[in-house]
Amino acid sequence: MCNTSTPNTIIISSPGDANVNSHHHGHEHSHSHDHSHIDGHGRVIELGKDIMQFNDVGAARNRGYFDAKEVIALNLVSSPGSGKTSILEKTLTELKEELNFYVIEGDQQTMNDADRIDALNIPVVQVNTGALCHLESDMVYEAVKKLNPKSKSVLMIENVGNLVCPSKFNLGEDYRVVIISTTEGDDKPIKYPDMFEGSDICIINKIDLLPYLSFDVEKAKDYARKVNPKLKFFEVSAITGQGMDEWYKWLKSIES
Amino acid sequence: MVFMHELSIAIGIVELAEKEAIKGGGTVIESIELEIGKLSGIEIEALDFAWPIAVRGTMLANAKRTVTSPPGRAKCADCGLIFDIENLFDSCPKCNSYLKDIFQGKDLKIKAITIDG
Repeated sequence: MCNTSTPNTIIISSPGDANVNSHHHGHEHSHSHDHSHIDGHGRVIELGKDIMQFNDVGAARNRGYFDAKEVIALNLVSSPGSGKTSILEKTLTELKEELNFYVIEGDQQTMNDADRIDALNIPVVQVNTGALCHLESDMVYEAVKKLNPKSKSVLMIENVGNLVCPSKFNLGEDYRVVIISTTEGDDKPIKYPDMFEGSDICIINKIDLLPYLSFDVEKAKDYARKVNPKLKFFEVSAITGQGMDEWYKWLKSIES
Repeated sequence: MVFMHELSIAIGIVELAEKEAIKGGGTVIESIELEIGKLSGIEIEALDFAWPIAVRGTMLANAKRTVTSPPGRAKCADCGLIFDIENLFDSCPKCNSYLKDIFQGKDLKIKAITIDG
């Protein structure tokens, strides 16, 4: 008998939910079999199959759903503490009269971020990934079902704060937005190239702090362009609002 | 906090390999050949660490695993030169352009499995 392997519970919930619905992620191997004989006279099956298909199939399904409903989905990724949630809060506050927003919050633990979004009266679902360091497409699917977004809306998916792991997991989004802040090193783009390579937009946050820091904006952009020459940049401060208008203009342009 | 997307990926490998093995009429997977490109974003050491956890109690529990890691190869989008790359941010050695099409080294594949029977 085998009962494996990494019991990790994914929790998908909205602020105010009495009962949260959770599901075990993936891996319940209920079959039983005899492992004792390996005689080396096996049969070879050539596969050549992409390992990431377990996630990519779900991403394609999400994408189909988004397209059918004319939902524009953005996947927001960054290190912890670069200001994803602050940018999101500011954006939702400023644009909620003009755009229909829905939010999925990904964190390993707590409802804190969902509560911040809920306070703005924006529909939000929190995904707690437990031990997992990234969102996967099936979690987004479950969260989207719960959100049931209206057509012609914008879905903001705030990924788990982590500049490494989410890069491998397509969620079916239209745009991936990578956020770095001036309190980080300006060489982040070449330290974590995978994330920058797979992104469409790069937001540089906390530019109001530049006078106090050694962060070189042009250098950071140069590094990022080396990894991905097609990246589009916004330099903003979510706190002071500096530079946010350009970002809003872009958001409104993709929605229409 | 340990960042381990390799565990998710190891479990993905197990699920895909088992599905294919069952399709082929097998009950045990004796060996598995993986291709993990040098630019795939997967740390082999982290995968090694995750592997025993992912295969425990599955058809792959005793499977021999071999991994090939093709190096990165790219074609310059400006001058057409084909060159080796070690990093995603490497430029064309001839014209210095960063616009390139990486055609090798990013793949994550199960190349083959060997099943019983």
